[in-house]
Amino acid sequence: MLGLIGRKIGMSQVFDKDGVAIPVSVIEAGPCPVVQVKHQKTDGYNAVQIGFGAVRHTRAGLPRLGHFRKANLPPYRYLQEFKVDDPEAFSPGQLIDVGIFKDAKQIDVSGKSKGRGFQGVIKRHGFSRGRETHGGKSHRVPGSIGMAAYPGRVLKGQKLPGRMGQETIHVKNLQVVEVDLDNNLLLVKGAVPGARNTLLRITTSS
Amino acid sequence: MDILNQVSARHMKHSIPEFNVGDTVRCDVKVIEGNRERIQIFQGIVIQRRGAGIGETVTVRKVSQGVGVERVFPLHSPNLARIKVLRPGRVRRSKLYYLRQLKGKAARIREKSGQGN
Repeated sequence: MLGLIGRKIGMSQVFDKDGVAIPVSVIEAGPCPVVQVKHQKTDGYNAVQIGFGAVRHTRAGLPRLGHFRKANLPPYRYLQEFKVDDPEAFSPGQLIDVGIFKDAKQIDVSGKSKGRGFQGVIKRHGFSRGRETHGGKSHRVPGSIGMAAYPGRVLKGQKLPGRMGQETIHVKNLQVVEVDLDNNLLLVKGAVPGARNTLLRITTSS
Repeated sequence: MDILNQVSARHMKHSIPEFNVGDTVRCDVKVIEGNRERIQIFQGIVIQRRGAGIGETVTVRKVSQGVGVERVFPLHSPNLARIKVLRPGRVRRSKLYYLRQLKGKAARIREKSGQGN
């Protein structure tokens, strides 16, 4: 499924025809040039590789410059691959813009969520808290993490405090509110992962 | 941030009159009944303005048949067809929540007179 690379701009709101305010995320997506087309014969699968976010030549590094020179393109900061059924329809240098979402009702967005640092089990796993008063001493503690001499160890996957966030989150079936071809903007209803400027991978919902 | 402002600017109204907390205003509200659309008037005192940009809202309070009624309007909502200042009021705070405790003569607001209050 062909998709695009984008950048989260932030959130705002928009009014629909009935005057209902819709919360929207604004995404700057594309235009992304096709950098490489992968074929079943040569690469074992069919896909297009697209680039996003221009980077200065002096900052790109030789291996990167060489890769882009093959497609006769300036270097880009980010590369993403999207599997397609018909690789012959694409050629290096071809631009893909938000127009591909024009007829899409819903899209899927993936991105890296905000990092929360080291968090306890209440915030991280939704545990209940102990009572604050009346002799309660276990305010925010995880409680028992296992049994006794048998099994004599903590089971794998036990929910414990630790680093939270900064993981890839996939949000599915977001409603497309507006496609702005002139400014390469995409307005979708609801939230998308990450902070401002987070890199996003956008595809049409299947 | 700039792009966000540009996006919301396209959905914002351009002709919102200048008005402040304490003013008595008349709001023309679009009401849809079945498939008929009509204008309903809500007249009262502005007791709060909050938010900025496309998310700005205004709270209007009036006393209807002895019962206090407050409505919150998104300023840029297309359902708020028009807002008109009937009487500018002179007040000394930005949120007039104290009006909720007052009624009758005590709930009056002095009119703003010409220059410099």
